[in-house]
Amino acid sequence: MSSASEGAGVKNNRRRLILAMAGSAGLSQAPWALADRGIGPAGLPEGALDSSEYDTLPGKQPLIKRSWRPPNFETPVRSFNDPYTPNEAFFVRYHLAGIPQIDAATWRLRIGGDTAETPLELSLAELQSGYPHVELAALCLCSGNRRGLSKPHVPGIQWGHGAMGNALWKGVRLKDVLAKAGITGRAVEVAFDGADTAPIDATPDFVKSLPAWKAMDENTLIAWEMNGEPLPHWNGFPVRLVVPGWTATYWMKHLTSIDVRSTPSAGFWMAQAYRIPKGRFPIVDRFVSQEAETTTPITEMVTNSLITNIRDQGIYRAKTPLFVRGVAWDGGYGIDRVEVSIDGGRLWQAGVLGDDLGRFSWRQWSFAFNPEPGEHVLVARATNRIGATQTFDLVFNPAGYHNNVVQRVRIRC
Amino acid sequence: MARKLLLSLIVAAGTFASVASAGEDNIQLKEGPGREIVETRCVACHSLDYIEMNSPILDRKGWEASVGKMVRIMGARIDESEVQTIVDYLTTQYGK
Repeated sequence: MSSASEGAGVKNNRRRLILAMAGSAGLSQAPWALADRGIGPAGLPEGALDSSEYDTLPGKQPLIKRSWRPPNFETPVRSFNDPYTPNEAFFVRYHLAGIPQIDAATWRLRIGGDTAETPLELSLAELQSGYPHVELAALCLCSGNRRGLSKPHVPGIQWGHGAMGNALWKGVRLKDVLAKAGITGRAVEVAFDGADTAPIDATPDFVKSLPAWKAMDENTLIAWEMNGEPLPHWNGFPVRLVVPGWTATYWMKHLTSIDVRSTPSAGFWMAQAYRIPKGRFPIVDRFVSQEAETTTPITEMVTNSLITNIRDQGIYRAKTPLFVRGVAWDGGYGIDRVEVSIDGGRLWQAGVLGDDLGRFSWRQWSFAFNPEPGEHVLVARATNRIGATQTFDLVFNPAGYHNNVVQRVRIRC
Repeated sequence: MARKLLLSLIVAAGTFASVASAGEDNIQLKEGPGREIVETRCVACHSLDYIEMNSPILDRKGWEASVGKMVRIMGARIDESEVQTIVDYLTTQYGK
């Protein structure tokens, strides 16, 4: 068929057109001209940039489509200038393509397992009326956020910076529901399943477990509300798990069952996926029942930051105050400071922290300076309250997790 | 075209939110030997932009591992004889 090559031709033509326009604007280097497509940071695989586009899922604003089915859509960085990421802009991430529309009236949550002495089943009304409500701010961040920037590249969804979002979550404590189900001291893990399924039966169902201690943490929630509204369909309606501090792989969407276990969950998504090499990252939380000889499950987020309002390879006015804004986050200790460099990391100055929305939220920050004419490389570096900071060199791992290399934003003034 | 038919069957079965199908229908993989098999087998579980997105970052060994994972872990119904054709296509058209 000729249409395939024609399709490629269209893309090449578009690129040439952009270059031609850039040329007429008097810019000399191609990379500067291509900067503002908004599809992803420089450094993503070429095929990821070419196949991504802005598209709109029902109920969402246009997001960066990384894959259609299952849907994986990334939030544009400009949406991170709000303290809470709007629900319509919140990223979407699925492993399995069977995603049912759930009727909240007939939805049930089953809680049982070999170390739950009084198993129970809850309707949404029973969940909402039976336990104290808790509301907290927490960052939801995909383990593979920034995978597309791994060097060398690794297979998977080629995320840029936007597989994350900060929200205010409302629900009940998981520990209260587990207590009602009669969790005993023999519980080792608590496993969670959602309503999404694979198109073929042979695919391992997406089931994730938490160590019992994390499940019983007072901040781990069963949530039905996000930023004051019911969860959007694409973010787990009617109910999802919220695991503050830990990466989003544990935040089970469309939650339908909870299995309180005396043994480790042995499914693919625990035993083989979402693992990091042992001893390479400054991680505090261990997941002992799932530790293997060389790998261990990913747990809490590493300290990280992002500049949100300055475009890489953007052009800004010299000798005029430039306000740099961003966000910083960690695994739940809270951000202590953000330092900013305008010379690629030689000299550092203190950024100003914004409101503290809680230790599981990201923290907004800002930094202002008067740029001299010429090129500048902006770098931000966050440090949390236990002294964990970002790296300058990638800690390579085969799945591209925990990329907290300081970001370098090149600007011309 | 086999892929179109398969896609419409999947949509009709309602196993996933059909809204996503309109966009993926426009994906055009590169012409080359094996494309038809790649399209019909891979599309059973995911849109073909997964292939484009993961290019050009995998060599033959990388594509072998990726296709092997789909068969051994994800349960993709791909005959042994087809695996080589699929890996050849992916390596040639979307390899590094």
